[in-house]
Amino acid sequence: MVDYVFERHLSGGILLPANKAASTATPIRRGFVPTKLVLALRQHRGHPAEPIVTVGQRVRKGQMVAHAAAMAPSAAVHASSSGVVRAIEERPVLGGNGVQSSPCVVIETDGRDDSIAADQAPPWPADRAAQREAIRAAGIVGLGGAVYPTADKLATPVPCKTLIVNGAECEPYISCDDMLMRENAAEIVAGALLLTDVLAAPHCIIAIERDKPQAMEAIETAAQRVEDSRLKLAEVPTIYPAGGEKQLVELLTGEEVPSGRYPGEFGYVCQNVGTAYAVHRLRAAQEPLVARVVTVTGGGVRSPQNVEVPIGTPIADLIALCGGYNENVVRLIAGGSMMGYALPDDDVPVTKATNCVIAAAANEVRTDDHEWPCIRCGDCALVCPSRLLPQDLLVAATTTDFVGLTTLGLQDCIECGCCDVVCPSHIMLTERFRVAKRTLAQHDGRRPRASPEPK
Amino acid sequence: MRFEQPTAPHAKPIVSVPVIMRRVLFALVPAALWHTWYFGAGLLVNFALVAIAALLTEAFVLRLRGLPTRHAMRDCSALVTAALLSFALPPFVPFWIPLLGGSIAITLAKQLYGGLGKNLFNPAMVGYVFLLLSFPVEMTQWLPPRMGDIDYQHLSFGEHVDYVFTGRLPAELDVDALTRATPLDLVKEGRRAGRPFAEIRNGSLFGDFGGRGWEWVANLIGLGGLYLLYTGTIRWHIPTTFLLGLLVPATIAYLLDPGGAPSPGFHLFSGASMLGAFFIATEPVSAAGTVLGRLIYGSGIGLLVYTLRTWGIYPDGVAFSVLLMNAAVPLINRYTRPRIYGQT
Repeated sequence: MVDYVFERHLSGGILLPANKAASTATPIRRGFVPTKLVLALRQHRGHPAEPIVTVGQRVRKGQMVAHAAAMAPSAAVHASSSGVVRAIEERPVLGGNGVQSSPCVVIETDGRDDSIAADQAPPWPADRAAQREAIRAAGIVGLGGAVYPTADKLATPVPCKTLIVNGAECEPYISCDDMLMRENAAEIVAGALLLTDVLAAPHCIIAIERDKPQAMEAIETAAQRVEDSRLKLAEVPTIYPAGGEKQLVELLTGEEVPSGRYPGEFGYVCQNVGTAYAVHRLRAAQEPLVARVVTVTGGGVRSPQNVEVPIGTPIADLIALCGGYNENVVRLIAGGSMMGYALPDDDVPVTKATNCVIAAAANEVRTDDHEWPCIRCGDCALVCPSRLLPQDLLVAATTTDFVGLTTLGLQDCIECGCCDVVCPSHIMLTERFRVAKRTLAQHDGRRPRASPEPK
Repeated sequence: MRFEQPTAPHAKPIVSVPVIMRRVLFALVPAALWHTWYFGAGLLVNFALVAIAALLTEAFVLRLRGLPTRHAMRDCSALVTAALLSFALPPFVPFWIPLLGGSIAITLAKQLYGGLGKNLFNPAMVGYVFLLLSFPVEMTQWLPPRMGDIDYQHLSFGEHVDYVFTGRLPAELDVDALTRATPLDLVKEGRRAGRPFAEIRNGSLFGDFGGRGWEWVANLIGLGGLYLLYTGTIRWHIPTTFLLGLLVPATIAYLLDPGGAPSPGFHLFSGASMLGAFFIATEPVSAAGTVLGRLIYGSGIGLLVYTLRTWGIYPDGVAFSVLLMNAAVPLINRYTRPRIYGQT
């Protein structure tokens, strides 16, 4: 018998067309090895990993090519297939703020895909701090998209009350977590319990959105088999952005994470199901993070599907693997349709953050940039998960009213994009708020103390 | 292959300003047809004239302001103002009343504040109140419904248009013979003379709840309002609290004085109650923007409508109530901001 956790309240949010059916019709395609791998050393906010290989050196799958920087947050990078290091150079990769230049280790693969022998890897340690270090050394990061190094997230400043394993996957188009849960439920459950051990957490909730009955059934079966009383399941409503970290905490516990703080500071740790799977692979097969499942979908690609590919696979190879583009493609998006980044071309590699690649057709994306004036309908405020008033923030942003931006909570905007989608005036609110955040940061940098609100 | 790189979100917006405006216009069609059947072509003639004035004025002022007119002309917002104003006007008025009303609404209430999205007050109601205060005679030229047992004089479409533009009427007819006091007028006068509501409503102009003919216009406007709610064009907060703000005091008064005070049903289906609740108070630009603010705003209008109808000079009070609460909106918005997630 598996316990269920019942949902509490979620502010705002919006029911969006899921667009997930196209990529979930076939099982995850596995075993592909590209001829070239581009391993980005800066895949997340924080410090780039430091290369420990040289050009011309032969590497095997699972071998570390760059170790984590001394300063957290940082994560190690490993060769994701066997081959020869051909270059260590700056290349465009997708990072936390769009496509940016990053040092990369370029490997020409030999097709043998041979791993470092499992016995060369250290066994799973017994001590919790050592377990965290093993996770750090394996380069495991949050695979939900934020790629925050998992080891750093597991070192909570207060004892962990609940581990939340996030299988909500609320963003349209993305189905990699859904497919992984359907096919590798036992491994995910085992990984979730490993993470529970590392955190010494009394509870672990695996949260899955209601529109994934097959994933839920698979996880439920796997959970019943392990019979662990710490493990609970939660079916969360199909609403975007229910899978956001703070939103999920609100939904499952009824508690709000205070503004500007992280859930971990209050005893809640969220980890993606893919991360749990990666931790299980590390424990069971001594395999560091060398591959991930990527959803390749959209109206502009011939055969949408989920593929498990080595980290560093060029997106061009990924598209070719899925039949190539068709004539409808107008945009290439890394991530979902709400928060993903538009790529300039497909000559960028898959990083640990790449959960989805959408080759979008013109009828799937916004192509017209005309804006009408705001008519103050307030629908943006109704859907805002942070309960902000985007219509008022817009005025403050337009008039660079720094006091207004601060009191209206600009910093609490999670950039989910809900307000843009419901805006009848088609105002690009989220982009305005991103720009305003940068302007406000510069302003606050010049004048550290915000002027008090006029009474 | 190179791709364009717009910023997230990439998903398409689900609705647009012109679509919203067209839905509002569409929602008024059944009521307009009923109105035309029972009160003649006045509503349609008024709508055409107000619309022409509103669109021309808008284009002219935008040109003066040096702004592009293409999108503003196509957003249908001026047509919505025209539709609301023409429902508020008596169906039997000379042509310059709708023309003036449309121009004033667009100039004074909309463009002088900065155009679409900037108006502090509801443009249609500003236009209406301007006409009501300036031309009280023309603004009370209401017609009785063309129903079997009601004494009415029928004008053909041609005769009606002839009157609107030239002021000529067929021989042996004058304005007084054609026009009639509205049920709200009769109740106002009767109550002032101390007559109980039960006696006032015995006249042939009264139906089940409100005025005959009028109550069906109100029903169909309410139906249009439900369509707007169903399509998510408006939210429930303002219409519900508006009607409650009107019905709660009306019910209390009726229970305290069963035969004397106008019934809650009369308040609900008379005058501009339905139009106000679903179409006028919900005009988003001039309404409160927060959920709590909208509850306050709606109930404030409802209470004011009851107050003005019961103790005021004018038979109805929707336009004044909406404008008064419009003025309170900045304050309401300021003090009803929702608590931000994670903030205290």
